[in-house]
Amino acid sequence: MAEFEPVLMARIGKPDATSLASYQADGGYDGLKKALSMAPAEVTDIVKASGLRGRGGAGFPCGLKWTFLPKDHPGPIYLCVNADESEPGTFNNRVIMEGDPHQIIEGIAIACRAIKAQTAYIYLRYEFGKSYRVLQNAIDECYAANLLGKNILGTDFCLDVYLHRGAGAYICGEETGLIESLEGKRAWPRIKPPFPAIEGLFRKPTIVNNIETLACVTHIVRRGVDWFRSMGVPPDPNNPRDPGSFGPKLYCISGHVNKPGCYELPLGVTARQLIEEQGGGVWKGRKVKAVVPGGISMGFLSADELDTPLDFSGPGKAGCLGLGTAAVVVIDDHTSMVDVLFNCCRFMAHESCGQCTPCREGTDWMRKILERIRSGFGKSKDLDLLMEVAGSMGIIPGTTICGLSDGAAWPVKNAIKKFRGEFEEYIAKGMKSELPVLVDAH
Amino acid sequence: MGALSEEIRERIRAEFPKYPNKRAVTLNALHIVQDAQRQVSIEAMREIAELLELHPAEVHDTMSFYGFFRDEKAPLGKKRVWVCRSISCMLRGGEELLADVCHDLGVKPGETTADGEVTLEFAECLGVCEGAPCVLVNDECYPNMTAESTRELIKKP
Ligand SMILES: Cc1cc2nc3c(=O)[nH]c(=O)nc-3n(C[C@H](O)[C@H](O)[C@H](O)COP(=O)(O)O)c2cc1C
Ligand code: SF4
Ligand code: FES
Repeated sequence: MAEFEPVLMARIGKPDATSLASYQADGGYDGLKKALSMAPAEVTDIVKASGLRGRGGAGFPCGLKWTFLPKDHPGPIYLCVNADESEPGTFNNRVIMEGDPHQIIEGIAIACRAIKAQTAYIYLRYEFGKSYRVLQNAIDECYAANLLGKNILGTDFCLDVYLHRGAGAYICGEETGLIESLEGKRAWPRIKPPFPAIEGLFRKPTIVNNIETLACVTHIVRRGVDWFRSMGVPPDPNNPRDPGSFGPKLYCISGHVNKPGCYELPLGVTARQLIEEQGGGVWKGRKVKAVVPGGISMGFLSADELDTPLDFSGPGKAGCLGLGTAAVVVIDDHTSMVDVLFNCCRFMAHESCGQCTPCREGTDWMRKILERIRSGFGKSKDLDLLMEVAGSMGIIPGTTICGLSDGAAWPVKNAIKKFRGEFEEYIAKGMKSELPVLVDAH
Repeated sequence: MGALSEEIRERIRAEFPKYPNKRAVTLNALHIVQDAQRQVSIEAMREIAELLELHPAEVHDTMSFYGFFRDEKAPLGKKRVWVCRSISCMLRGGEELLADVCHDLGVKPGETTADGEVTLEFAECLGVCEGAPCVLVNDECYPNMTAESTRELIKKP
C-alpha cells in the first residue's frame, strides 16, 4: 500500500487549497473542460465504465443510475447533492468540502453536463457551518470566473448551483426524505417506485449523489477509467451480480484508536490494516472488542473478523449490512456492548421519522428494552424479544418505506448474535451501566 | 402584522429565485427568522405562510417536524450549545461531558439558562467524530472537548 497516492485528499492542508486560483494552478477544472468537449452520453459512459459506485451508503453504480433518467426529457432535470452526512461515525464529506471544495463543484458541474441538469442543489446539514461558508465562497468564485452560470466557458452549458441548509434531521440523508425536505416539507421518505430518476425533486427527473461520489467523478474524467480501475477489488467471479469495488475511498476512523481521522486508501483494505496502520492501534494498549465497519447502521464486526476487507461486499460476508459509509468505529475491550447497543438504538429511535409503524414503534421499543437492561432490570427473554422486533422491521422484511429501519435492526441483530454471552451475563448478574446517561433526554 | 421586519421579509424574498416554487423556501425562511429572533413565533409562522403563499398549517407542519425550530414557548438563548452523545463521542466521554455541562449550567438538555445566554442541547453525531467528544456552538464545531474547555468556550463572548 506504500505506493498509493491520495487523490481526493491530495490538496487538503496545502496553503490556500480552497481558493479557485490554487485549484486551477493544480489543473483544476480541466476535467470540466474535457467534459464540455464531449457529448453528455459520452461523459456518462466514462463514469459507467469506471465502475464507480455511490459512496453515500448503498453502493449503487453511479453511471448506471444516471442512465435511468428518461431520454430526451423536455423539462428540467435536477441534481441533488447529498451533503447531509449524519450517519454516526461518518465525516469524510465534511473533510473534503472544507478542505478542497472546488473538486466537488467540478464534479457537480461534470455530473450536470452528463445528466443535462441546469440546476443543482447541495443539501447540506445545518451543523456544517464551516462547510457552508467554504462552499459558498467557492461557488461565488465560480460564478465570477464563468465556471457556473450562463454559457459556461463559452459553451451552451448553463448551470446554477445552490446551497440548501438542513435543520438537524438524519432522515434528510435518505434520498427521497432529502427531496421532500428540499421542497419545504417534513422529510418523510417517499414510497418507491417511482424512483427519483423518473419523478424526484419538484416531481421532475432527479439524480441524488453523495459528495464523495461526485468528487470521484472529477478525478475519473481527468485521469481516466484505467486509473480508477487500477485500484480496489475486481468483481467476484462467483457472483455475477457483483460489479466490483474500484477506486480510492475515504475511510473515517474514530472511537478507541490512537489516531482518529479520515484516510484515503484503495477500496478493500482490511479493518485490521486501518486500525493498525492508519489509526495507530487501539488506545491505551487495549484490544479490540468490536468494530463498526461503515456507520452504526451496518452492525458490528467482532475481534475475530478484523481481516474482513472493507470493500462493498466484504462486510456483508461477515454478516454486516454492508460497507455503508466506510465509517470505522473501534470499540475497545473495556467497553460494554450493552452501552454501545443502547447508544445505537437511542439514535435510531430519535431519528425515525415516524411514518411507518414498525420503525417508529420498533426503534423505540428496542431503545426501551436496552434502557431496562442497562438499568439492571433486564429479563432473560429480552434478547429474543429484541431479535424478534429487529427481524420484523425494514425494507428487507418489507414492512417499511426506507432503509433507516434496516439500519436500526442491524446493530441489534449483530450485537446479540456475536456478543450474546456478554448480554446474557449482564442480564443474569443484573449489572448496571456506569455511564451518566440522561434518561429523560430523548 | 409585524412579527417580521421588512428587512427579514426582503431576505426571505431573496431566496425565491433559487427555486421553482415558494414552498421550497420554507426551511430557509424558518432559519432566517429563528437566527434573528431566537424563535419562530406562531405569528411569525403565519406571516411566513403569507409570504410563501401557503396555509399556515403547511408551514407549521414542516416547522414542527424539525426539532431544530423553537416557537415562543421555548425560545433560544443567545448561544446554542450542542454536546454530541452519539457513538464515537460516547466512546470518548461524550455522555460524561454532557452531564458535566448540564451541571455547570444548571439546565437539562433543551433548556436555557435563566439569564437567557445559553441554550444547551444534546446532539446526535455532528460529523466531527475524529474530534470526539465534540461541541457545536451555533454552527461552529469544536473538537476534543473537556468539561474545562467547554466552560471556557461558553464563557467566550
Ligand atoms: C436513513 C438513511 C440515511 C442516509 N443518509 C445519507 C447521507 O447522509 N448522505 C448520503 O450521501 N447518503 C445517505 N443515504 C443514502 C441515500 O439515500 C442515497 O442512496 C445516496 O445519497 C445516493 O448517492 P450515491 O449513489 O452517490 O451514494 C441515506 C440512506 C438512508 C436510508
Ligand atoms: S422506515 Fe422509519 S425512517 Fe424510514 S420512512 Fe419509515 S418510519 Fe420513516
Ligand atoms: S459521534 Fe459525535 S461527532 Fe460523530
